[in-house]
Amino acid sequence: MVTVKDYFSPVRPTWCTGCGNFAIWNALKKALAESGLAPHQVMLISGIGCGSKLPDYTTANGYLSLHGRTLAVATGARLANHRLKVICTHGDGDGYGEGGNHFISAVRRNIGLVDIVQNNRVYGLTKGQYSPTSPHGFVTKTSPQGAIEHPFNPLTIALAANGTFISRGWSGDVEHLTWLIKEALHHRGYALIDVLQPCVTFNRVYSYDWLRPRVYKVQDDPNYDPGDKAAAFAKTQEWGERIPIGILYRTEDVPAYEEQVPALATGPLVKQPLRVKTMAEYERLKQEYL
Amino acid sequence: MSINDMSFKFAGEAGQGVESTGRGFAKALVRGGLYVFALQDYHSRIRGGHNFYQIRVANHDIYSHDEKVHVLLAFTQEAIAEHLREIVPGGGIIYDPELQVDQDALVSRSVKAFPVPVNQIAIEEGGNKVMSNTAATGAAAGLTGLDLEVINSVIRDNFAQKGTAVVESNLKVAAAAYRFVREKYGDSFAFRLQTRKTAPRMLISGNEALALGALMAGCKFVAGYPMTPGSPILEWFATHSKDYGVVTKHAEDEIAAINMVIGAAQMGVRAMTPTSGGGFSLMVEALGLAGMTEVPIVVVNIQRPGPATGHATRHEQGDLLFMLYAAQGEFPRIVLAPGTIEQCFEAAYRAFNLAEKYQCPAIILSDAFLAHSPRALELDALSLDVPIDRGEILSDEELDQLTTRYQRHALTPSGISPRALPGHPKAIYSTSSDEHDEYGQICEDAAIRIQQMDKRMRKLETARAEMRAPLQYGPSQARLTFLTWGSAYGPLRSAVDILNAQGTSANIVQIMDIWPLPVDKVVQALQGAKKLISVEQNYSGQLATLVRAYTGIKVDGLINKYDGRPMSPEYILARLKEVV
Repeated sequence: MVTVKDYFSPVRPTWCTGCGNFAIWNALKKALAESGLAPHQVMLISGIGCGSKLPDYTTANGYLSLHGRTLAVATGARLANHRLKVICTHGDGDGYGEGGNHFISAVRRNIGLVDIVQNNRVYGLTKGQYSPTSPHGFVTKTSPQGAIEHPFNPLTIALAANGTFISRGWSGDVEHLTWLIKEALHHRGYALIDVLQPCVTFNRVYSYDWLRPRVYKVQDDPNYDPGDKAAAFAKTQEWGERIPIGILYRTEDVPAYEEQVPALATGPLVKQPLRVKTMAEYERLKQEYL
Repeated sequence: MSINDMSFKFAGEAGQGVESTGRGFAKALVRGGLYVFALQDYHSRIRGGHNFYQIRVANHDIYSHDEKVHVLLAFTQEAIAEHLREIVPGGGIIYDPELQVDQDALVSRSVKAFPVPVNQIAIEEGGNKVMSNTAATGAAAGLTGLDLEVINSVIRDNFAQKGTAVVESNLKVAAAAYRFVREKYGDSFAFRLQTRKTAPRMLISGNEALALGALMAGCKFVAGYPMTPGSPILEWFATHSKDYGVVTKHAEDEIAAINMVIGAAQMGVRAMTPTSGGGFSLMVEALGLAGMTEVPIVVVNIQRPGPATGHATRHEQGDLLFMLYAAQGEFPRIVLAPGTIEQCFEAAYRAFNLAEKYQCPAIILSDAFLAHSPRALELDALSLDVPIDRGEILSDEELDQLTTRYQRHALTPSGISPRALPGHPKAIYSTSSDEHDEYGQICEDAAIRIQQMDKRMRKLETARAEMRAPLQYGPSQARLTFLTWGSAYGPLRSAVDILNAQGTSANIVQIMDIWPLPVDKVVQALQGAKKLISVEQNYSGQLATLVRAYTGIKVDGLINKYDGRPMSPEYILARLKEVV
């Protein structure tokens, strides 16, 4: 029987007191344990940033890669061993800034990853610069007159790129986030969980107090159909006084990328022999050049 | 009269099928028992421009083209203007009479004109002008006395998938052109071809041999982004993936490609990314990631001229020193630079073995000339049952016995830490691109930093001991010793054969195992050299720089080239006069 304790590590996080990453970390461990997944069945892949340190603090297979490259590394890992649950944890700078191309590609590829983006709308580890999701006019060390760009909307973009599981969580509600991660773990392809997460040190605007009264759960409305793309589009555009969280869009009708790769039909690549054919069949390759 | 010793040049516009016609003809020559080396030259465009495909033929194995053309098959007016001066006295030009040829120029050069109405033959016999290329090959066979049957056999194979009607039409066109030339010109041409009875042989390029070597090494994951001249390797794997159990991924960019390869290799799969210098430049940060986290990956850089996008379809060996130092910080890596088709095959499987043995990136440094130039090769020249050494990977049974926490980066005398592939309950670990301790845990401790740096760099010294001595060609004692690497070896070998035949003793020292440089072995190979000349397709003589930096041995001269066109033996001999 797997328990949350199996994921505990003796290494203590270096996150600030009150950081939203603690809640995300706890929700992830809880979701994994409640899903019956043991630490050796899980591969946590991250990039660089405060949130990307999560695998270092967790007992599970893990790989902390480069800033922005989380999804690319995870895609290779998933294609090499699709028996493992590959989960990405990285921030908005890593996922939507430096890794923007990988994000769009992972979404439309529908590769079987759970992608938890710790979206605090600011750069924390580099000590307070504006991020791709910082609002227009946001004042930081690199935007002293206020950010000129308008923010990146990951959910709308994921929908436009034919995403199959598009969701938003919030670190102020561990129970809901745990549920969301468990749903994502059951998803067939790429599952985006954009998590609203206060940065208590560098983003004083989007605090717990600002977010808490605004977020509401779309699943509380029994009439909300997450299979309705047009409705989902409207939901992804909703922001301000009311901010929807939960599964905004979901379809299980699209096969995951790895389900469609012929070489993976017989099982994980890493479990297959280096040579899958007889030497005579390889010798036949030379005939192409005669 | 000369038999089986000549060169053909097919020349025309992009889109006219110069390459496919040339390669088909080269294949026919190989089927006819002849040895062949082919050079292709093309522009970075889909239509127009000026392309050629040059085929050198001999009775013995040949390693390069040369500058003599015996038969020019000109498909455009520009082809005649461009290449007429390359035709040797007594040689000839096959062209459609719709094109204009300066008869005075022909006479003054003793070049013979062989107008053949290839367009008319194609239309009348095949019903389509597109078959004029086939007519040209039939004409070339007729002129040189080559058995038409070898041409026919290639037509049957190459057009098989287009249906029997297309095959039959092409056969008719080739036969008509052959007949036309036989009737009109008979045996008047001085350069002849005679088929020989030999065992079947391949016509295979460097990229194809490299891909085959990687497949045989058990490469199961290939990710890349198209960039000439690296893309043919990605396409080769895409074509063969389904049948041979490989996952081939055309990634969103080169950065994604190498990071996917790192992800796959970290899980335990042999993985590779092919690219060219520009793509490699994008991969540099990830190269360091593989170095830091000790993930065995293979990166193939098929060089082309730089900087930036340089000459997209052309040739240079300008990336050598870049390969040695690319990425911030210091970490071990392997660099192999094959110089022949056989060496491409060998470098591919050795790169996987060395990468896994030393748990670091292994780079194969090839180039456009080697990648694109096919050569005739005996079937057994590439022995497919290649040795596989996966290095220190802990088996499930060994991991079952673990009683203490697994250390991914354990300190060992060799620097090599036994690997556990993620997924075993007794060896759950995380590792990091940040400096880490033996367990892989992020760590900023100064003493541990030194331990881990020393451990990683020890692998380089362990690897150095097994890096191979330079390859030597020619007499052991010689007046001239040429230092070279990569595809410059081919034309240099032809040049050295000429020098030795003319009484100037010369030999070659070719360094294939570039990094870690086997310093003692290089010194041993070079210390007897009376006059040492480096031959490289770059501006500054990068191998000469490397050798001097690590051995103190200074070359006496440099024969270089950086115009995007590969060296010929004649070029090397001409430059030799300047440097000696």
